[in-house]
Amino acid sequence: MKLYDQPAHVLHDMLVNKEITATELTQAVLARMDAVEDEVGAYLTQTRDTALQQAAQTDAKIARGEAIAFLEGIPGALKDNICTKGVKTTCASKILEHFVPPYNAAVVEKLQAANPVLLGKTNMDEFAMGGSTENSAYHPTHNPWNTECVPGGSSGGSAAAVAAGMAIWALGSDTGGSIRQPASFCGVVGMKPTYGRVSRYGLVAYASSLDQIGPLTRDVTDCAHLLNVIAGHDAMDSTSSAAAVPDYTKALVQDVKGLKIGLPKEYFVKGMDADVEKAIRTAIEQFRVLGAEIIDISLPHTEYAISTYYLIAPAEAATNLERYDGVSYGERIDGVDIMEMMTNTRTQKFGAEVKRRIMIGNYALSAGYYDAYYLKALKVRTLIQQDYAKAFETVDVIVAPTAPTPAFKIGSMISDPLQMYLQDVCTVPLNLAGLPGISVPCGYSNQHMPIGLQIIGKPLAEETLLRTAYTYEQSQSFHKEMAVLGGKQA
Amino acid sequence: MNYEAVIGLEIHSELKTNTKIFCGCATSFGAEQNTHVCPVCLGLPGVLPVVNKRVVEFAIKAGLATNCTINNYSKFDRKNYYYPDLPKNFQTSQYDLPIAEHGYVDIEVDGKTKRIRLTRIHMEEDAGKLVHSGTTIKDSATSNVDYNRTGVPLLEIVSEPDMSSAAEARTYMEKVKSILEYIDVSNCRMEQGNLRADLNVSLRPVGTTELGTRTEMKNINSFKALEDAISYEIERQTEVLEDGGHIVQETRTWDPARGITLSMRSKEEAHDYRYMPEPDLPPIVTTPEQIERYRQELPELPDARQARLTGQYGLSAYDAAVITASRQLAEYFDAVIVDGADPKLAANWIMGDLAKNLNAEGKTIEDSPVEAKRLGAMILLISKGTISSKIAKKVFEEMWKSPDDPEKIVKDKGLVQITDTKAIEAIVDAVIAANPKPVADYQGGNKKAIGALVGQVMKQSKGKANPAMVNQLLAARLEQ
Ligand SMILES: [Zn+2]
Repeated sequence: MKLYDQPAHVLHDMLVNKEITATELTQAVLARMDAVEDEVGAYLTQTRDTALQQAAQTDAKIARGEAIAFLEGIPGALKDNICTKGVKTTCASKILEHFVPPYNAAVVEKLQAANPVLLGKTNMDEFAMGGSTENSAYHPTHNPWNTECVPGGSSGGSAAAVAAGMAIWALGSDTGGSIRQPASFCGVVGMKPTYGRVSRYGLVAYASSLDQIGPLTRDVTDCAHLLNVIAGHDAMDSTSSAAAVPDYTKALVQDVKGLKIGLPKEYFVKGMDADVEKAIRTAIEQFRVLGAEIIDISLPHTEYAISTYYLIAPAEAATNLERYDGVSYGERIDGVDIMEMMTNTRTQKFGAEVKRRIMIGNYALSAGYYDAYYLKALKVRTLIQQDYAKAFETVDVIVAPTAPTPAFKIGSMISDPLQMYLQDVCTVPLNLAGLPGISVPCGYSNQHMPIGLQIIGKPLAEETLLRTAYTYEQSQSFHKEMAVLGGKQA
Repeated sequence: MNYEAVIGLEIHSELKTNTKIFCGCATSFGAEQNTHVCPVCLGLPGVLPVVNKRVVEFAIKAGLATNCTINNYSKFDRKNYYYPDLPKNFQTSQYDLPIAEHGYVDIEVDGKTKRIRLTRIHMEEDAGKLVHSGTTIKDSATSNVDYNRTGVPLLEIVSEPDMSSAAEARTYMEKVKSILEYIDVSNCRMEQGNLRADLNVSLRPVGTTELGTRTEMKNINSFKALEDAISYEIERQTEVLEDGGHIVQETRTWDPARGITLSMRSKEEAHDYRYMPEPDLPPIVTTPEQIERYRQELPELPDARQARLTGQYGLSAYDAAVITASRQLAEYFDAVIVDGADPKLAANWIMGDLAKNLNAEGKTIEDSPVEAKRLGAMILLISKGTISSKIAKKVFEEMWKSPDDPEKIVKDKGLVQITDTKAIEAIVDAVIAANPKPVADYQGGNKKAIGALVGQVMKQSKGKANPAMVNQLLAARLEQ
């Protein structure tokens, strides 16, 4: 048995039962990184020394006979847009190439209280803008199932690390699908919690009203455990929910009998990959077998979701990214005066996609265009929210594909941003509505690339999502299959 | 053609909260550079703002005190522009849904009351302070930023263009300052930048209503600069119009050293602020109960106080206006009369000897060496006839130097007024005996000659004789 192939809940039990030590586990994962990181490129920064120190602390604690928390001693990774005190946080951008935050994100503080082993910071699309991790200013990440393919994005590094055994768990962020879509592409479980369920404090903002941090894990059980650690109200985030946090592991029961599952016709879009459609239809059949009731529903404003998203997100991004000016932190390219310095810095240090979205956003916000674009987008956003609210009057959850296709080839879409944006069709509506969603593996394409099933819930219905996902997962074995990587595999 | 000026003001007032508007950093003035900073006010990647509830409270109180409607649903917006004193390159402010709207304050200029309407009051964050190696950012090789002021809460109080002279603008700004001081939301120290104004000025032919093209002047930080800039701008625009020219819509700066305004930025160069709702902050929802509670907490405001001083105490409108102009002075006045001192005498003393001494030593009423209670006690001594007004001046000077009560000073220095008829008569007789010439003059019909004799009596009594009694007894003796 390879330790790096195991989910956290199995490893936790092994640690508690003293079958392994945290140091052995961490070394196994580090060895795996040595073996396959060159092929995958999941990481931007590795924190090997502190990882081994953290593992040693857990071992000492176990040796003293002390109880350990679930994540204690289990190696994981953080997307590089989550601020880590003393550890570089670059957002995969040249503009923050040497930026070391003086503070921890709220989720990092919560994680540290649980004493996990932190392996490093994972690759992503620059400032989380993209769906393939090709927009990283440093290097692309390769899909562990086929290294010629993208891992999805923007949390592609986190998803690939988990899929490749280079992290047992990881955190990502999801603004328009950036956790769920790479989870789907990499055959892992990824959840975007309800907007406000997890504090955004210390998550470098892309689009503030859409961003949400969430787990990427081997299976649904780990997802529930990780959510337990990171969820909850934070006084530093005025948009965080004050609702009490349940024990999400209590939702890990196999029971969907009588569950009303909505099937939105608008999510089975034209151009959807035939393998994806087949896998989703098969999964839906499986739900029927498990006792759920399948109900056809309509979410009529879905077709406007992409346009709405690509106005709101860039508008927020345009203002969020104004602070990168070279004045007090980050990189600076000098100029003859302050304005030229700022212009040079931003022109030379932002990547093409970031600049594209800043321009779209500023255009949408500029005098004379605001009402026609931004304000209208906000109105359509409300309509999309109302679509869901109406649907949830009759169904408990909604099931849909996570992405219209399996992972595509690196470079195949990079020159066609519009085609790339359409990839988000099944995921962005949730962000616009602030709803929770989870992607679980539900099969493979004929090229044996993973396909993800998306389950969408009401606000704060993470327990229902976990129960639904868990019941489905346990009836299948997709989550047990790991990507096979080539040459240097140990 | 005769022109009239149309003037509007945007007053920026720093609020005296202990902490900044969106983080826990201190707001105190004068700290070492970049020591009152944290990730939030430095605008580091990933930080989020949290609204200081006191700022909302202060803004609502300012709205109530200026007769505004308080919006029950208000929100913050991002005002985007690049400047190195603004770490996020946007200012978190309020755009289309400010906290308060549609208010007014009444001002009095040359005996006439005028109502100045307030468009709105909104909350926003202050920017940092640039320290240039040269004089401006353009001619400096390097500039440093001090972020201590970044995120200090500001109120922006926007008036309608309802003023038509420099005097009205000054009186309006003084009135707003006075109200903010009364409700205790700002220190209003203009020299520390607590209170500053942007103003706009346009001209139109007298009798017309259409607004002319306006110019704006930013960051006016003294009443003198406000008056001078307006006067200059009115003169400049009048000359342009009389020469058949057109006013260019632009932002101008006031150069106090040269006493002129200079063009800074034309309309074409004006910023498009690309306002956007602040996604990191939920809307501010106020309840009627909350607003009512704040209303109850408001102190007596300048207008009400002035009415009380003229109505209840019979002070002149002028005296009442001077005393109520600052809350501290008005409270000092109330404390002077609380034990029964005559209000008119109190006003005279406060505006006379007290003001003179404070001015001479550059002190404010709050650090007056003569506390209100002691001044009140001294005024009571005058009213009771224990001391004369003349002696009172000596007592006051003593009180200025020592912490002693007026009673003790009067006793120690033997300043009690002589009201004993016998004692005064004795001095009167001695003075008559020693001054035959004025006595003869008086008795010869020159009644004014009594003045010299009164002076002598007062001198010999060391000023302690009751002057009225001296006059009366002298006249009686001389008529005998
Ligand atoms: Zn601060």
